[in-house]
Amino acid sequence: MPEAYLAIESLTKRFGKVQALGGIDLALGKDELLVVLGPTGAGKTTLLRTIAGLEEPTSGTIRMNGADALPLSPAERDVALVFQNFSLYPDWSVKKNMEFPLRAPGRRLPEPEIKERIAWAAGLLKIDHLLERRASRLSSGEMQRVAIGRAIVRRPRLFLMDEPLTNLDAKLREALRLELVHLRRKLATPMIYVTHDQAEALSMGDRVVVLAEGRVLQAGTPEEIYRKPVSPAVARQVGQPRINLLSVEKRNGMYTTRGGLPLVAARQELNGATRLILGVRPEDVSLEGGQHEASIELVEDMGPAKVAVVSWGGERVHALLDKHAPQRPKDRVYPRVNPERVVLWPTD
Amino acid sequence: MSFLSIRGLEKTYPDGTRAVKGFDLDVEQGEFIVLLGPSGCGKTTTLRMVAGLEIATRGQILLGGTDVTRLRPSARDVGFVFQFYALYPHLTVRENIAFPLKSTGVPRPEIATRVAAVSERVGLRGIENRYPSQLSGGDRQRVALARAMVRRPQIYLMDEPLGTLDADRRLEMCEFIRAQQLDLGVTTLYVTHDQEEAMSLADRIVVMSDGEIRQVGSPADVYENPRDRFVANFVGSPGMNFIEGLVEQRGGRSVFVPSGAAPKVAMQVPETSVAGAATLGVRPEYVRTDDAGLLEGEVVLDEYLGSHHYAHVKTPYGRVVMRAHASHAVGSMVKLSFDPSSLHVFDRGTGKNSRSLAHA
Repeated sequence: MPEAYLAIESLTKRFGKVQALGGIDLALGKDELLVVLGPTGAGKTTLLRTIAGLEEPTSGTIRMNGADALPLSPAERDVALVFQNFSLYPDWSVKKNMEFPLRAPGRRLPEPEIKERIAWAAGLLKIDHLLERRASRLSSGEMQRVAIGRAIVRRPRLFLMDEPLTNLDAKLREALRLELVHLRRKLATPMIYVTHDQAEALSMGDRVVVLAEGRVLQAGTPEEIYRKPVSPAVARQVGQPRINLLSVEKRNGMYTTRGGLPLVAARQELNGATRLILGVRPEDVSLEGGQHEASIELVEDMGPAKVAVVSWGGERVHALLDKHAPQRPKDRVYPRVNPERVVLWPTD
Repeated sequence: MSFLSIRGLEKTYPDGTRAVKGFDLDVEQGEFIVLLGPSGCGKTTTLRMVAGLEIATRGQILLGGTDVTRLRPSARDVGFVFQFYALYPHLTVRENIAFPLKSTGVPRPEIATRVAAVSERVGLRGIENRYPSQLSGGDRQRVALARAMVRRPQIYLMDEPLGTLDADRRLEMCEFIRAQQLDLGVTTLYVTHDQEEAMSLADRIVVMSDGEIRQVGSPADVYENPRDRFVANFVGSPGMNFIEGLVEQRGGRSVFVPSGAAPKVAMQVPETSVAGAATLGVRPEYVRTDDAGLLEGEVVLDEYLGSHHYAHVKTPYGRVVMRAHASHAVGSMVKLSFDPSSLHVFDRGTGKNSRSLAHA
């Protein structure tokens, strides 16, 4: 990476006997949105809090803008944290909440500048009409907009977002996720965005870091994470409906399921491996063109597409279908796995 | 007479807020009904009135032929599952599940049998002696479900039960809830703001906003034939694209011309469309790039979602989102056309879909 704003090496964090972070390496570019994706308990929040200076690491280094950040206080690091739980002062007006960081001792801006920044942020986030309202009277979507507004008025050097959209309605989440991406590009400020939502990770991230149990499983572009997951664990983290994972062995030059279903030709480069996990995404399973019969158990209409659950040689396989696909439950079909799109992980 | 019949249900709070403004619904036995809408639409208040946790200001609720409108919650024979599991922290999994039976005086041996059976069913065997604090979010939610199911009430009432789970656990729990419900055949009212959850769970979806029902229908019906603009936008992720303009009659055909467009930018729309100011609606999967397309615009965002992309195209008539199998470079120009059979025309004033007016 050419110019990293943030560089983290071998970062660990222990709470008593619990190892929350087990040696994290990551870098964040100066104009980059990095998504940290992982389930509850993966260490995502601890990572953010350590970067912000709210937790001290047990070991490892954090560099910001080329300089060691560990001796710096949270204020000196000049990061803005946005949490899942808004954390506004309920009795204050929206305006007062947003002005608060600009009136902090030592950082106080001149009044006209405060006014201008509030107007700018309120305009960007479409909360102009709410400025005089008490925070306790806002809807959750409005509250989160205000919390984001409070973070951007400071023009910090780094945004840290901790599942900021999780408590919002699905529809609102969808809209705000786009707004955040646009906003960040406009501000050209680096951002780390933590989430457990794979759609947010794929669609928002310039790059994605997949975290589990305090370790980085994989870091890459959304396409790399989706198309070339390094392990079944990463493969399962992204994609909806989920990837099909099948245990296969090499038989007669074909990777074949336990039930004897040959799926794709064995690969040269994996010649040594005889037992493998084969991953294939539902959109790479078609219901025509294969050699072996299967039967459709279920067809779920998802709106823009359908998902068929297919019983195939003792396996249950999900296939993504066009929304006008004619197939119905109990239909006989001949599935085919796109060999170009298969991912294989040796297990022996 | 349907199993659950709700008539003219209203809720007005003392401060004058009208949370529910007249709700009518008939539910057949064994049906899975999802109340879907944004926060503040009245869906939870409606559910709580059915549960007896709120008393209706007006209207009637008949459950299994009995008027329960003013009955205490415990007299209604409903099983309630909340978003926040509300388990008793000082009781074990087993004791939590057994709690509703103990409080109604079921004999001990029977309690043991029923708790064991339901624990097996929801996949909690082996952890019955743990306390809620020792469980994952998903397991706690299973306990909450088990506690509701141990009673075999007449109806399950579920208020965003998956609200606090991680995304991948939600999917799993969705499949689980549906399988359980199909198996037991217990009528279920389920509240959510998440349209994907609604699409995958419901026999019928009740779309609500502002304390009122906007549409009742099967997931496919609500998605393909939204009654109005609100439903068209709320159902679907992303929602339907809208373009403002005018419907005109030309040579016996109805065409739509976007506001500010040259007359040749005309799209054929359903014959039911009334001439005048209107909003054109098209779902992202019916938008395609087409060299002969009438709408030209710049790609301003390409959202990657793994199996597909959503390209956001800025046209002179507003933003149009297209579902695509490949990426489109941001900054590139594209021409778009719409599948004519998929177009909806909404009345500018009322927001009603001209298709549903024709059916009405």
